[in-house]
Amino acid sequence: MRRRFSWSAGIWLFIGAAYFLIPLIGTLLFSLKDGQTGTCCSLENYGEILHDPAFWKNLRISAVLAVETIVIALALLIPTVYWVHLKLPKLRPVISFLALIPFVIPPIILVVGLLDVYKSSPTWFYAQPYGFLVAAYVILAFPYIYFALDAGFRAIDVHTLTEASQNLGASWPTTLLRVILPNIRVAAMAGAFLTLAIVMGEYTIASLATFDTFPIYLQYINQNKAYPAGAVTLIAFAITWVAMLSLLLVGRDRPVTVGGAK
Amino acid sequence: MLFGAFQSTDGGFTLANLEEITKEPHRTSFKTSIEVSLVTAVLGGALGFLIAYSMIRDGTPKFFRTAFTTFAGVASQFAGIPLAFAFIATLGTIGTVTQFLARLGYDPYQHGFTLFSKVGIEIVYLYFQIPLMILVIAPAIDGLKREWREAASNLGATPRQFWRHVGLPVLTPSLLGAVVLLFGNSFAAYATAYGLTGGSVPLVPITIGFYISGDVLSNPHLAEALALGMFIVLAAMMAVYVPLQRVSSRWMK
Repeated sequence: MRRRFSWSAGIWLFIGAAYFLIPLIGTLLFSLKDGQTGTCCSLENYGEILHDPAFWKNLRISAVLAVETIVIALALLIPTVYWVHLKLPKLRPVISFLALIPFVIPPIILVVGLLDVYKSSPTWFYAQPYGFLVAAYVILAFPYIYFALDAGFRAIDVHTLTEASQNLGASWPTTLLRVILPNIRVAAMAGAFLTLAIVMGEYTIASLATFDTFPIYLQYINQNKAYPAGAVTLIAFAITWVAMLSLLLVGRDRPVTVGGAK
Repeated sequence: MLFGAFQSTDGGFTLANLEEITKEPHRTSFKTSIEVSLVTAVLGGALGFLIAYSMIRDGTPKFFRTAFTTFAGVASQFAGIPLAFAFIATLGTIGTVTQFLARLGYDPYQHGFTLFSKVGIEIVYLYFQIPLMILVIAPAIDGLKREWREAASNLGATPRQFWRHVGLPVLTPSLLGAVVLLFGNSFAAYATAYGLTGGSVPLVPITIGFYISGDVLSNPHLAEALALGMFIVLAAMMAVYVPLQRVSSRWMK
């Protein structure tokens, strides 16, 4: 029984598309307005942002933070998830439950706790974005990377791969780096792109712990320069798009389910 | 490190003066936060479900599903400061849509509307609530088997009867679970509301932010007490969500 495209479906999809697209188109038109006259169209707002050294400085800090978070989170979680799948399958529900905790303890609660815990830690850690913020972001990234890796490991035969590698005389590090890692590459990359999107957009913790990241710059521009803010908002949105589309592209060869609650 | 962070969040909580947060003005903050979360969870849930169903149902070209799912994946991550500004640029006092409407002779700001209010926050939150609903509910809608509908219509049921007796009862746990998740999603949001209103609408996360960073208001213990209050609400939400999730996964095999 085939059914025709119904009117009501069309109406709801239209409403959804309008709701999604109008703010984006609105921002685009806004960002093209001339700073003095407020009329269309000029690219000077983009020029102003791209020539602002603070833009590049904060963007660089956020990019470095993202890379550092991804490397640390993967280095912690790949061996953990591997070991759990190989030897401790009973622990899987426990870790999955732990991975839900960042959903119950959102950034605004997390930052209260973290500021308190790390208050007495050395300055090179507490006062540096590359220390304190990365610690916080690894926690935020934990569920996303964990669920991506968990799905990746479930899709391969961990036991057979490990035994084969060990029978051929490989050590544990060799097994992990040269046998397991290439097989979960897609899952690891999916988690990494999601983390990139999260770190590049994270405002709550960075602002309340007073660090200068990209979203902080964005908020500063929003409050001080109306039209260039439209330009920088679209740049931020483009970063999210690139990260999320890369996620979809790497996931295309093999379906990777990401995010527990999503 | 992970463990340490979570335990100490708990450890910090026990010291906090909890009594203060049940009094004004914090009572109002909790009320406002819960109200905004309820409105956006229910509205976002309803709209998200209708859009998800429209993109999945027979007769809708496959292309729509791919497009909407992709977009929902991106939009559910597109929150915070950029989202707030996208709406300011669109519906703010000099926003493009506002100016367009004003030129047509209807300036919403002349009629009591303002984006920098509770209603404004709700409109903006829906931008990430609806996509999240689409992502969460799509697998449940896939679980509604076509055979059930055909069986129902063979037995003479109208579409309305099908929904009343088959569709909705099967989907109820999934729908409730998704709405609960949306509630938590909105309850926990800070950056979007801050970017939009700069703190003029007293949501709980905004108040916590003030107590941590404000020069005048700084009071970390109150921030901790409020954070505990939020944690209790979110933990209660998870306690409802996890069992619902279990029930709803029954039909998805």
